[in-house]
Amino acid sequence: MEKEKLVFLQEKAKKLRYDVIEMIGRFGVGHIGGCMSVMDALTAIYYDKGNMDAKDPKKQDRDRVVMSKGHAGPAMYAVLRDKGYFPEDWIGTLNKNGTNLPSHCDMNKTPGIDMTAGSLGQGISCAVGMAIAAKMDKNPATIYCFIGDGESDEGQVWEASMYAGSHKLDNLILLLDYNKMQLDGPVSVINELAPVADKWEAFNFYVQTVNGHDIEAICKAIDNAKANKGKPSMIVLDTIKGYGASFTEGVANCHSMAITEEMWTKETGRNA
Amino acid sequence: MKDELEMRKVFNDTLIELSKTNDKIVVIESDLQSCHLTNKFFGKEYPDRVVNVGIAEANMIGVAAGMSTMGKIPFALSFGPFATRRCFDQIFISVAYAKQNVKIVGSDPGVTAEANGGTHMPFEDMAIMRSIPTMICFEPTDAAQFKAALPQIVDHYGPVYIRMFRKQAEQVFCDECMKDFKLGKASKVKDGKDVTIFASGIMVSRAVEAAELLKAEGIDAAVSNMHTWKPIDEEAIEEAAKKTGAIVTAENHNVIGGLYSAVAEVVAKKCLVPVEAVGVNDEFGQVGKNAYLSEVYHLTTADIVAAAKKAVARK
Repeated sequence: MEKEKLVFLQEKAKKLRYDVIEMIGRFGVGHIGGCMSVMDALTAIYYDKGNMDAKDPKKQDRDRVVMSKGHAGPAMYAVLRDKGYFPEDWIGTLNKNGTNLPSHCDMNKTPGIDMTAGSLGQGISCAVGMAIAAKMDKNPATIYCFIGDGESDEGQVWEASMYAGSHKLDNLILLLDYNKMQLDGPVSVINELAPVADKWEAFNFYVQTVNGHDIEAICKAIDNAKANKGKPSMIVLDTIKGYGASFTEGVANCHSMAITEEMWTKETGRNA
Repeated sequence: MKDELEMRKVFNDTLIELSKTNDKIVVIESDLQSCHLTNKFFGKEYPDRVVNVGIAEANMIGVAAGMSTMGKIPFALSFGPFATRRCFDQIFISVAYAKQNVKIVGSDPGVTAEANGGTHMPFEDMAIMRSIPTMICFEPTDAAQFKAALPQIVDHYGPVYIRMFRKQAEQVFCDECMKDFKLGKASKVKDGKDVTIFASGIMVSRAVEAAELLKAEGIDAAVSNMHTWKPIDEEAIEEAAKKTGAIVTAENHNVIGGLYSAVAEVVAKKCLVPVEAVGVNDEFGQVGKNAYLSEVYHLTTADIVAAAKKAVARK
């Protein structure tokens, strides 16, 4: 990747993280941790690898993004706002009465959201359905689906994965936000997911593990995934929950936390 | 007299017919194709429009919802309990809350699950589905009505639950008299002035028999088929309450949350008259033949007669 492009993507991810901090900060509380950890991968998809257009948000052959870990809604909103899917000033409306930006992704409220999610384990099945339909219709769309490591406690994740592997849905790219923390504590303590790559390999996926904060590596993994035919892909994003903010990065209780005006203005250098 | 065709055959035939001009219809199964004959008929005609996800109902519903976002009209099938109870949250969130166009078919309603017994015997499926905003809940009575209803179900954008008896139903209607069939509008079977029996599914033919027996006892009972439990035909209920002054509901389902609840909710709101229920009284299923189970759960013609007399006496 050209250095200039990489710098652009890195700067973009940083800006989008600030947008998330501001968005949640203006409401006062929210799922900051899991929004920060997926931002580099979202940037790779929306600003480099993906085929989607804010001017034609419903075009039939667009790539789909399903945020199965639906509580990362604010991360999606930061991207979609930056891309122009909805007005800039919606940033102050997150979770406020009558908003179009609810905690969890809602395809009927927010332009650019491809699937409603929030009850964990469900989005991945919907992504599998999209991949099946795309193949039926010879639609070239790639279906990207983000799942959480905590979310992978849900049996439905494995029902969907088993079918995708069994039916060789190579237009499906799963991205696991492997930040190793879930709401109540470390994944390893609550319900160990390791060995992660082995699990999805056993489910007949083409599995790659990358540093989830290395945008160049993520882009390369997406290229590899698209080139690898006959299997769905799993990109394990080795991430840090809350990455990119001093008060969240590696902090144990950052799944959902209160963010004061002082915290977000200091972190972003922006005015309230 | 029984229908010539099984309900599952009618389902297949009608979907095949509709698919000639609608390439969006797809069938999603969870390893019960052989029970619904979608391998033998629809799947033979349109092999590329069938997805069998294996024994994974939650995934089936999610897959259906995802396909709906791509423009498909999925029919997702399983036995009643597994098509509803087992994947309630998936239907609630991925289908209804997400406003997806998924049709869910739950087969073997109530006692018709027979030898599959309590684990497979849905007395609660309609109650569960009725609690989901925007869900249309429909139980076809016989072949003619099912055939008339399916095109309307396909044309309606939004979630629909179909409570499908698989085998040959007792024939109540004919193709000609189903010309004016409308989802959400009760199908009148017989006029009467003393009491109205609102019946659904296998209970409709029993209600017709009950009306004959009641006639001999000097009670003129109307029979109306309430095939759509939601949205319920409020007008028909209000009219029946005003005209006959007493109502009986007859359902192959738990009276809690079922047809009795749906009708009584309207009666309470619009026009207070006695409402007597024939249905399962908050019990679990068990193995047995339809006739035996109908005795056990008090779903017989005699039960309808007794309920009608009670309703009339309460006027």
